[in-house]
Order: sequence, then C-alpha cells, then structure tokens
Amino acid sequence: MHSFRVTSNKKALFLALLIVILIFAATMPLYIQPYIIISLTSIFMYIVLTVSWAIFSAPTRYISLASASFFGTGIYVWAILGSALPLPIVVGIGGLVSSLLALLTGLLTLRLRGLYFIIFTFGFSEFVRHSSQWWEINISGTEGRWVVGVDHTIIYYAMLILAFLTLITAYAIRRSRFGLALQSIGQFEEAAAHAGINVTAMKIMTFAISAFFMGAAGAIMATRWSYIDPSIAFSPLISFMPVLMAIFGGIGQLYGHILGAGVLTILAEVLLTEFPYYYMLLFGLILLAVILFLPHGLVGLMEKWWKGGLAGKHANT
Amino acid sequence: MLQVSNINSFYRKIQALWGVSLRIDEKELVALIGANGAGKTTLLKTISGLLHPASGSVQFLDMRIDQMPAHSIVELGVSHVSEGRRLFQDMTVRENLDMGAYTHKAWNKKEETLERVHQIFPILKVRSRQLARTLSGGEQQMLAMGRGLMSRPRLCMFDELSYGLAPILAKEVFKIVKTLREQDIAILLVEQNVRHALEIADRAYVLENGRIVLEGESRGLSENELIKQAYLGL
Repeated sequence: MHSFRVTSNKKALFLALLIVILIFAATMPLYIQPYIIISLTSIFMYIVLTVSWAIFSAPTRYISLASASFFGTGIYVWAILGSALPLPIVVGIGGLVSSLLALLTGLLTLRLRGLYFIIFTFGFSEFVRHSSQWWEINISGTEGRWVVGVDHTIIYYAMLILAFLTLITAYAIRRSRFGLALQSIGQFEEAAAHAGINVTAMKIMTFAISAFFMGAAGAIMATRWSYIDPSIAFSPLISFMPVLMAIFGGIGQLYGHILGAGVLTILAEVLLTEFPYYYMLLFGLILLAVILFLPHGLVGLMEKWWKGGLAGKHANT
Repeated sequence: MLQVSNINSFYRKIQALWGVSLRIDEKELVALIGANGAGKTTLLKTISGLLHPASGSVQFLDMRIDQMPAHSIVELGVSHVSEGRRLFQDMTVRENLDMGAYTHKAWNKKEETLERVHQIFPILKVRSRQLARTLSGGEQQMLAMGRGLMSRPRLCMFDELSYGLAPILAKEVFKIVKTLREQDIAILLVEQNVRHALEIADRAYVLENGRIVLEGESRGLSENELIKQAYLGL
C-alpha cells in the first residue's frame, strides 16, 4: 500500500513537471537568445536518439550500435528531397526509409545474440557509411552535398515535437502488453516463446519503430548543416552516444534516458567551448568515472539520496 | 483430449523417443514417470511444439498439432510449466503472471484468471510487487505454476514440480495439483518422485530409454513388482 502511494505520487509529479517543461519549451524562442535555442535543439536531438535507442535495446538487452546508419539515412533523405517537399513530409519519409532499413537489417541480424549482435550492428553502420561514400564519389561524382537550410526556430520546434512524440511512444510501449513482452524477451528468450510470443517478429518490429525516430531526427538535423558528406552523416559517434547517454542517466528508467541525454549534451557543449583542445580527453575521463562509480547512472545516485533522505526522516520520528 | 500416437523424436541426432503413444482424457490427471534421461522432457517438448517429431502424430482436441509452432499451441490451450521454473527473474510476480496470459484470448480475461490464480496461490497476491528473484524456492515454483495457469489451459503439463523442493513443500505442491482438476483442467505430471505421483494420478505411464514400458491405473501400478523394485525402493 505504502509503495503504491509513492509511485502514484511520483507519476503525478512527473506529469506536472512534464507539462510545465512543455509550456516553457514551447514559448522559449520568444524570449531566449538564439545560441541557447540551438543548444536546446541539440539536447532534444539526443533525447530522441537515446530514448528511441532504448525503446528497443533497454528491455530486450540487445545493444544496437547501428543508430548512426538510421540517423544518417534521415540526413540523406533531407539532402535529396529537402528542396522539393515541405519539412514535415520529408521528416516522415526520413523516418520511414530508416524503418525499412531496420526491417532489412533486423531480418539479417536479430537471430544473433550478445556480443555478435553488437559487433554486427557496428559493422553494418560502417558498411553503410563506406558504401555511401563509394556511391557519392563513383556514381554521383561528388564528395559531399550542399543542403537547404531552415530557420533555427523551425528546427527547434520540429525537434521539440519529435522528442515529445518519441517520449509518448516510449512511455506507451513500456506500459503495454507489447512492452512487457519485450522485457520478457530480454529476461529469458525461450520462456518468452513459451508464453506464446512470436519472438523474432516482435524484435524486428521494435527495431524498426526505434529506427523511425532516429531517421526523422536525422532529417530535421540535416537542415542545420549547410554541407554534409557520408563521414559527417554516418559518424560512428552517433552510434555510441545513445548507449553512453542511457548508461550515464540510468538504463532502467525513461527519465534516466532523458536526464542522461540532457546532462551529457550540456557537458559536451561546455567542454567543447571551454577546453577545445582537451574536449574529447575530458569527456572520456568523465564517462569512465561514471561507469566506475555510478553503475546505475544518475538515476541510481538520485534514488540513493532519495531513499537516504526518507530513512533519515523515519529515524527522527 | 490429447492423443500422442507412435511418435519417434530426435534430440539433436540422437533418437530420444521410440514409438511412444500416450492418451489423456478430459479432466484426467496422468503421471509420466521414469529415470533421468528416459525422455520425459523430450516428450513434453514434442507436445508443446518446441520439438517436432520425425514420425507419428500428436492430436489435441481432434486437431493435429505436431508441426505447429509453439506459440500457436499455447493459443490452443496447452500450457507447459518447464523444469527449472524459468521465471522472468527481474520482473515482478504480477508481471510474470501477466506474461502467462500473453495470448489474445487469455489477455482479455486476465483479471478474472488472476483472481482464480490468487485463490489457488494466496502467497502470489502478497508478493505481487516483488521481483521474482526475491522469492523462495517454493514460491518460485508456485509462480511458475501460476504463470502456466494464466493462459487458461485445457491441458497443463508440469515438468518436475518437486525438483529442489523440501519434502514438505513438495507435498504442498502436489496437493495443489490435485485441486486443479476440479477447475476442469487435464494434467500431465512428469515426476521423479514416483510415490507422490502415483498417489494423486488416475493413470500413469512409465518411460524407460525412450520407450513406454508400462501403463495403467495408478493403484495397480503401485502394486506392480517392477515399479516397487525400480522406483519405490521396496
């Protein structure tokens, strides 16, 4: 009974907080300087990437390093269609094309498990990068492409809406029969099949859903860069960041993923501007420290404080 | 209700079942006994669709199921509570039970079934929000049984329920199995604990080296000289 009250309070608090943040976020461009708007857009992008990565990888425990290939596909969809079609349609197409790519790779890779799956997805991502490089040089005859730009407020709103949709989807899946089934696949795949789950179909479908949001995010972000080439669009960093951010925040909870994405993006931005030469070095050291000392991420740390605080109160009364 | 006819099954490349036939009627409690490696688990896996027989047939409610995928057989009403419990350890008791009702038919009646399962295993209601891994051995076995019942099966197959349980708990578990038949569920009970199994079963089959060597009413079998010597230690 007691634990029930705590969780329902937490839920109400979370909902209220979400609404406040949303109102705040929606009115932000009216009174905040462009630099912060642009930084916030980056945070939203990483929230989309981390949360959508976690839709598939967190419950099933299949760690995917293919995010860059889906994100990059979205970028190229914008590069090709951006000047011809309106933004929302291109973003939708970017998502769909990435989903299709995920279906295809899912069919190939999701029979693999553990380390083999991780290595294969990483290899796949690199394969996509190199083959598009080959295509651009040999078929299109260019190294990179000029991209149609869009006003930064529009990018901001587009990314805000996408982040919101991603969060709603992730939340709905977690709460559903579908989410429970995904979790049980991660726990004990044979037993899940025993319960009547078509395990392979479910994994492939979820992989495609997660890729949709990554592709859509890519299509939106492409508008911010005036020039792209395959090594920018399919940068392996994009494959690793969602994994790091989810672990940094705490992999078990949705708000952990948001927190991880937010804090790490800000951290990276600060390090990059303050210490441009040692940026990557410092970033790496901080990540190492987190993995060594905070095995459950920021959420784990907060829960420890929260519980410690409660215990203290009980001791006093 | 279930009719296994003359099946030959292979486990990898080794033949594990040789011309095995077995029948279970409505509401019947049938025991399958035999030593380690006799082929009991292989027979259960063949019925639940995790293995397909090389020849012979399995019929359930007049339908041939021997080539169906496992998830369709669950849907038809065959539940398999496997050896070693195989719980979703980091999920709560409630979530484990919910997963048992994963099939569409069962999901719609989940709350109603849950109430029935809680009546049979009151401890599962108390432990509802605990992670499965925090339960004691006996409670985990009850959770595995409860999860098996959540799919609203017509036939429930229990593999080695008493395995790793203290004698007192094993007795408790067998008592519960006995009450299940009052719920209109047919049961196939696979056991090494022959004495207990024969006590509660209507009929029994004895499996040795992949072949059925004896079958009959439980009462008659417990008087059988071979059973007495080989399994009851008399």
